[in-house]
Amino acid sequence: MWLFALPAILINVFIILIPALLTFAAAFVVWDGVGIPAWAGLANFQRMFDDPVFWSALTNNFTWTLIFLTVPVIMALIMAAALLVAPAGRLVVQCIIFLPRILAVAVIGRIFQGMIFSPVTGIIAWLNERGFAISDPLADPDRSLFAVAGVDIWHWWGFLAVVFLAAMRQISVDQIEAARLDGAGFFTLMRYVLLPGIRPTLSLMLILTVIWSFQVFEFIYIVTRGGPAYGSEVLATLAYRHAFFEGDIGQAAAVSCVMSLFGLCATAVYIRLQIREGARSS
Amino acid sequence: MIDTLRSRVVALALIGVACFASLLPVALAVLNAFKTTAEINLNPLGLPARMQWQNFASAWRNASLGPSLLHSAEVAGLTIVLVCLTAAPCAYVLARQQGKGWRFLNFYFMATITVPVQLYLFPLYFLFAKLGWVNSIPAVALIYTAMFSPFAIFLLRTYVLAIPQALEEAALVDGATAWQSFRYVILPMMRPGLLTVAIIVGLNAWNEFVIAVTFLQTDNNVTAIVKFYNLTGQYSTDWGEMLAAAVIIVLPVVVVFVALQRRFIEGMTAGAVKS
Repeated sequence: MWLFALPAILINVFIILIPALLTFAAAFVVWDGVGIPAWAGLANFQRMFDDPVFWSALTNNFTWTLIFLTVPVIMALIMAAALLVAPAGRLVVQCIIFLPRILAVAVIGRIFQGMIFSPVTGIIAWLNERGFAISDPLADPDRSLFAVAGVDIWHWWGFLAVVFLAAMRQISVDQIEAARLDGAGFFTLMRYVLLPGIRPTLSLMLILTVIWSFQVFEFIYIVTRGGPAYGSEVLATLAYRHAFFEGDIGQAAAVSCVMSLFGLCATAVYIRLQIREGARSS
Repeated sequence: MIDTLRSRVVALALIGVACFASLLPVALAVLNAFKTTAEINLNPLGLPARMQWQNFASAWRNASLGPSLLHSAEVAGLTIVLVCLTAAPCAYVLARQQGKGWRFLNFYFMATITVPVQLYLFPLYFLFAKLGWVNSIPAVALIYTAMFSPFAIFLLRTYVLAIPQALEEAALVDGATAWQSFRYVILPMMRPGLLTVAIIVGLNAWNEFVIAVTFLQTDNNVTAIVKFYNLTGQYSTDWGEMLAAAVIIVLPVVVVFVALQRRFIEGMTAGAVKS
């Protein structure tokens, strides 16, 4: 029976498990990727903790996590509830809000740079001409992270709304009708009927949000490359820069290990939730 | 229900705003793909005086989009085949076998879904460089197979679980081997699941960025996404041509999405994967 699983296991071990173990090992050596690695003990971690960019990147990961645990989740919950109340044309609406999720991140990034944020060709330029003095947030170290987060939220929240709507539709209509007949307003309905009804889905998505927030890479690398002045640098872009622009694999590996540590805690919770879900559905 | 009408109006207004916000950047990209640079600089929201179809022609020519779209298709096709071949039998045994070893394997695949690329990317790159596998399309497809097959395994596993076990038992009683009962009883019934897997895996491979930009560096093998990324920058000037290239790259995905949206949404929400 193991033969059935063998090809999938072999590919996974060769591409993911062995290199992941090598990353742990690489965190303790000095290596440029070509020469012979030299033992470095904890020097890589020492240097990492002394690097202010590491700490600002870590802070940015926490900020990112907080943003994504709240803004898109609230937007998606409200939209799912709205689609529950007004189901006309629901399929078309789902398609439209889901659309950003299937577009390539590289393409989305460039469209937002050119058509939204650019002070020459974007909506910002258009607003500037009409008397609203808004500068390009991507050029501002204090705002670039939030601007990129905005792009990722645009890409992500509609998907979340579709997931929440699918879960809300499993709640019995009678329960919702009864609450409304009792005069429950939107917030009462959300708090006492809808949210408890979709709790397994909601907690799964929140855990996945935490996991993904510590891995976020593509949007930031494509839109700002972590800049300007490391303003939007996160752990993943920092590790990538150490490895491929500075040829410092040991340092990159140390950052990757810290990054994975945060993910690992969330993954443990994720697996426990999945098991509980599996037990319930079977 | 006194407030039905009011809540319906509020809901419809919210839905309208949401659809507008979701479509605005896409609409701007399509609109400006048909304009000259001067027109875009003048007003990004204005209509083109004349449809600039030549933006598409020059994007196709200057960016040599043809070959890179072909590379994208090759990577996606190869990844789909590899994932389906390896994930389907694995999903079958994971659904049917009980016991400690299998439970552990289940956890292992679950954990690899949530592992960041940066945890294995760097050693993998230098390993592949040693093996001479950098700039190779099959090597990238192999990496994608490892990345996307755990999701495929879990999706297909739910399909196997829905198939009554009595069907295979009947085949086994008739003298079929385990492989035969998988090949002739289970696999045909997994077909809708395999189609969903193929769509999602194909989409992910087509759109993937980190691995592609790291492992494919020369014009004979870059995917369309990497080509597009390399050609354009934050301070690009020829936005008309660039947006035309973006439309060309995204169009096949949107067409398949519109045609098969149910499967897209089912596959992506079931796995809840974020690329």
